[in-house]
Amino acid sequence: MYSNAIKLIFKTVLVLLLSGCAAGRAYLPDDVPPMHTVSEFSDDENVSRTRDPWEGLNRSMYKFNYEVDRFVLLPVVAGYETVVPRTARTGVSNFFANIREVRTFYNCILQAKGKKSLVTLGRFVTNSTIGIGGLFDPATAFGMRREHEDFDRTLETWGVGTGPYLVLPILGPNTARSAGGLAVDGGVRWAIANAIDPFGGTGASTEIETGVTALETVDLRYRESFRYYDSDYPFEYYMVRYLFSQERELKILR
Amino acid sequence: MKIVRGVLIVFLLLIPAFAWAEDAVYRYPIDDSYAATILGTPQKLRPDTPGEVPIKTMVLETDREKPEIFFYDLGLRYTVAFQDRKAPLVFLIAGTGGSSKSAKIVALITNLYHAGFHVIALPSPTFSNFIINASTTHVPGNLSDDADDLYRVMEQIWGQSKGSIEVTDFSLAGYSLGGTEAAFIARLDEERKVFDFRRVLMLNPAVSLYNSVSRIEGLLDRIPGGPRRIGAFYNRVMAKSTEFYRKGDFVAIDDDFLFAAYQAQILNRDEAGGMIAVSFRISSAGMIFASDVMTHGGYVVPKNRELKNSDSLDDYFWTCLHLSFLDYFNEYFVPYFQSRHPGLTKEELLEALSIRSIESYLASSAKIGVITNEDDFILAPGELDYLRRVFGPRLKVYPRGGHLGNLDFRDNMAFLIDRLRSSTW
Repeated sequence: MYSNAIKLIFKTVLVLLLSGCAAGRAYLPDDVPPMHTVSEFSDDENVSRTRDPWEGLNRSMYKFNYEVDRFVLLPVVAGYETVVPRTARTGVSNFFANIREVRTFYNCILQAKGKKSLVTLGRFVTNSTIGIGGLFDPATAFGMRREHEDFDRTLETWGVGTGPYLVLPILGPNTARSAGGLAVDGGVRWAIANAIDPFGGTGASTEIETGVTALETVDLRYRESFRYYDSDYPFEYYMVRYLFSQERELKILR
Repeated sequence: MKIVRGVLIVFLLLIPAFAWAEDAVYRYPIDDSYAATILGTPQKLRPDTPGEVPIKTMVLETDREKPEIFFYDLGLRYTVAFQDRKAPLVFLIAGTGGSSKSAKIVALITNLYHAGFHVIALPSPTFSNFIINASTTHVPGNLSDDADDLYRVMEQIWGQSKGSIEVTDFSLAGYSLGGTEAAFIARLDEERKVFDFRRVLMLNPAVSLYNSVSRIEGLLDRIPGGPRRIGAFYNRVMAKSTEFYRKGDFVAIDDDFLFAAYQAQILNRDEAGGMIAVSFRISSAGMIFASDVMTHGGYVVPKNRELKNSDSLDDYFWTCLHLSFLDYFNEYFVPYFQSRHPGLTKEELLEALSIRSIESYLASSAKIGVITNEDDFILAPGELDYLRRVFGPRLKVYPRGGHLGNLDFRDNMAFLIDRLRSSTW
């Protein structure tokens, strides 16, 4: 069900890699240099440690995401909030969070995190049964904390570096490594879905899978309060990039 | 400025010298002026405002021709909360670099709406969205020009809103630079009489824009290496905070973490002041860049360069962060106005950037009041006495709270609302 998203991600990564060398900015001769330039302030320590060699493409993707939000996703989310009552929306969020427990589970195993993997397994079983297919989250009430593990974290524990900053279409701020992680996790999920083939008997499995993917996208956007360019700050791109890396760092410490 | 606020909240609120003041009369708890400014008011000491506030962001469409780099800007954004019955209306004006949704504005809207007012909040004229859409010169800081622009925008917004609400009368309030601007708007309103404000409140205003900015910029003189090393300074503060977070058993970067860091005295007083100045620099960087792009001033961006969306702004960001507001003033602002008004001296301009230039009006207008703090560090020595002399009984001074730290402390908010309601001081 995730195959379209994966294709998109692969294409993007490919385009970025191929264009990486050619993406340098063309310098035009400026008749009048400005009164102040960055060279005056090169003696200070840089704050951002995020490598961003693909900035031109990232900025374009950042704009693309803003437009997808503005013309498609946010209107759809607004409709979703109007039509679907809050309890049902929470049920949808729980349902997809429950599916993601599978991802957390196998990544815990790949990282040799025994206790976390057992808790996650416990959560998945509890919520899939007592929680009626994941619509409710009784496991949290039973004291089983939700963990977040993905293949990006697995690659990290295996010693793979983050790679450059990468803004993905729709999915937003990432690194080259986390984009790869998303692709792997998406692939695993696609393989599992294919093996189980939950809608196989319906005769319309492709349509249903597309619908489920769409609903998950809406749910993702519904839960995320960030809005592109909402700060009206001319340097928002750098603030977001900085906060993204900072948030990652703090998450790792936890 | 949600993102700027995010950065600040995460890394600024780590101040030392926590002291619960033993004051029977005024119970705002934070004694240190820098700490108060950064931490604000603890949640449990803020007023209760049950019920939802219908806060909405609105757009006032302006000229659609904008530089490509501001393609996302669709017009002036202002924020409203309207009652569904007849009520008095309060216009709010944000402080330096503040949007109409900045945290302090939202606190004011919430409390004023709860007290029964319609509210319309405007960004600061130093905020990029205002510079791009509503500033006639695109060069912010000239108080009477900015007041003209704000007044025009208020008229336009009122034209857009009056069909949907019933209003009994108008009042005006602004904080920090917005408070200073409110004084100039009030005077303009005496001539134009569009709103005929019943009450005007200046909350922690600057007396002289230049003095206040100098005082904030001066905080950077006390960090190691001075203002040229703000990047290194910021990294050091960050490292300390992260280290504290790593060692403690914190679940998230939340109020608990921040107060814990504060109590553990992670930062000394100079560092706390330095971080206030850094947050000010983040705001002024946006202002300098937006103004320079709009005027083709050739200050940080080459005069003839049309920036595209995919162009990196990293170097401009770094440059603007390292320019002080005083650089902006001396190298950009003064020459700009001198070229428009030949013969204008810097001293004359400075005079115009102070409420001293409208002192006789302020001294005689019973509708205007000032609320500030004894330890508000944006006031230069002697300026508090000046306020006492000019405003007399229409000045309220709290013993502590720093710069706006006590704005949404219960007593402060109750007093502020009471002053807006009453017809006399």
